[in-house]
Amino acid sequence: MPLFDLLSDYTFQNVVMGASLLGLISGPLGCFAVLRRQSLLGDAISHAALPGICLSFIITGSRDIGGIIVGSLATGSLAALTMLMLTRMSRLKTDAGLGICLSIFFAVGIVLLTYIQNTHNASQGGLEAFLFGQAAATLRSDLWVMGGITLITLLLLAVFWKQAKLVTFDAEYARTLGMPTTAIEATLTTMVALAVVVGLQMVGVILMAAMIVAPAAAARQWSRHLGGMLVIAAAIGIVSGVSGATVSTLSRGLATGPLIVLTATTIVLISLALAPGRGLLWGLAQHYQRKRALRRQQLLYAFYKHPSATPRYYNTLGVRLILYRLRRQGYLTQQSNHETGSQRITRWKLTARGYEEAKKVVATFEATPS
Amino acid sequence: MATLSNTDPALSIRNLTVSYHSQPVLWDIDLDIPAGVMAGIVGPNGAGKSTLIKSLLGLVPSLSGDVMVHGRPYAAQRKRVGYVPQRSSVDWDFPTTALDVVIMGLYGRLGWFRRPGRKERHEALEALEMVGMQAFADRQISQLSGGQQQRVFLARALVQQADVYFLDEPMAGVDATTERAIIDILRRLRDAGKTLIVVHHDLQTVRHYFDWLLLLNVRVVASGQADDVFKVEHLRQAYGGQIALLNDSDALMFAASKVT
Repeated sequence: MPLFDLLSDYTFQNVVMGASLLGLISGPLGCFAVLRRQSLLGDAISHAALPGICLSFIITGSRDIGGIIVGSLATGSLAALTMLMLTRMSRLKTDAGLGICLSIFFAVGIVLLTYIQNTHNASQGGLEAFLFGQAAATLRSDLWVMGGITLITLLLLAVFWKQAKLVTFDAEYARTLGMPTTAIEATLTTMVALAVVVGLQMVGVILMAAMIVAPAAAARQWSRHLGGMLVIAAAIGIVSGVSGATVSTLSRGLATGPLIVLTATTIVLISLALAPGRGLLWGLAQHYQRKRALRRQQLLYAFYKHPSATPRYYNTLGVRLILYRLRRQGYLTQQSNHETGSQRITRWKLTARGYEEAKKVVATFEATPS
Repeated sequence: MATLSNTDPALSIRNLTVSYHSQPVLWDIDLDIPAGVMAGIVGPNGAGKSTLIKSLLGLVPSLSGDVMVHGRPYAAQRKRVGYVPQRSSVDWDFPTTALDVVIMGLYGRLGWFRRPGRKERHEALEALEMVGMQAFADRQISQLSGGQQQRVFLARALVQQADVYFLDEPMAGVDATTERAIIDILRRLRDAGKTLIVVHHDLQTVRHYFDWLLLLNVRVVASGQADDVFKVEHLRQAYGGQIALLNDSDALMFAASKVT
């Protein structure tokens, strides 16, 4: 499909706008969820949205977005509350509480879903689309609702930025300053439920957790400030939303929601590997660089301290590479020695420059307190 | 009643009881700490030292008890109280800088909507300078050593300009330099008339650091001037068999179960 046709395609416009809104809200809120170690809470809330969707359909008899939002918010929050009660009042740990809530609410949702399907209601068509999302079915009116929720949520975050930040970093200290921490934490959790609502149509209840966690996890790799992390997470969310939607439209028939999640996951993997300072490859590179620097110093030290010793220890590839590099830098020379009869021995010697350099190395080695 | 005379104790606790899963953690604590002292809270593991501070600050629910700060209930005196939590109580991988953490100490004063500006930055920098951390202001907190993190926490409490400070094991797991720096700052604060209440676990330095002591083991074993409290019979009562007392002149003592 030519680019212009694609851009003017009504469905495609809706999908891209919806995906962008989803990225815009789930990225920043995901940051708070991840930093508060509540990534899985998003998972529980999104799975628990299913019974709410079904209940709202049973009550109103239609797929009206207003009813679905109210329903999914209600059951999602109920699940979060149940989880908190379970962990506070019983001896269950958070992970067990989350697991129980997630599966019970989701099971109830599936039971209700099959019940609705068996009643042969003509308008029930595609209620199961909320499992994995059905981006193409997004309407302009849905977008207005999603946009409104996103705008209100981000405004709230901007206004209560200080409170959200301190409660996330150190809730107990926030309380000693007189902040109503329970209310702030509850608000942050409710906002995650709102992000889930925005994502229902796009990626569905099952994969929604990825949209909460992935952009935030990737953004943490690239940022040094909470504000920067939020902006980057939002950008990653939007980029994955838009590119997932584009790939899905171009390929015709591949599901949008999963593609959006896969794009976000790819960005996470790249970030985990490459981010400066925190990335895995970065750490590996630094490790080898330090290792090589230490070997180089050790070699210079050995040549300085024991110039006549027959070096047998440089037969490994790593050491050899360092020796050749030192020769290239003019610190070492190589001499062939024929005195010992038939056997030819190659001997390395420090040059005058190498001697000076080795002297410095020896000085630093011996200066470090043992 | 509401006037703050100097004769009011800095901290006064009546009948404080805290329990956790029906197990008493603190039992019937009655305590007065005079203003302008450096007070140490000492006791064996599980004696309720940290719980005492947390329940005073309302972070742990108590079954009963009244807490007065300078003669008025704590809730009305929040702004006069500074708190330095245990370093391990937060995730230091949080994306922020040392300066930013110190500015957080001013959030209470800023109220709901005002944002920290240049004035707050300046105050925070001064506090960092007091603890010898001005060079690390823009450093990521995850890249600070344990002792540096502890000093950042102390600076965050300093900007509050409180009258009573609660410190929860500020000397736990820090290097000797930091420990000296912290003690110096605390002494300076005391000399300026502030009251410092410090949970401490190292019996060997107790006498050296504090002029007022609370010996705690679920109940108050002894409290008062350090010299009156730090006695063999009191220590034996608080620590039971967990402590080896070398001689009765209590010149040198080792806690058998030393917390690290």
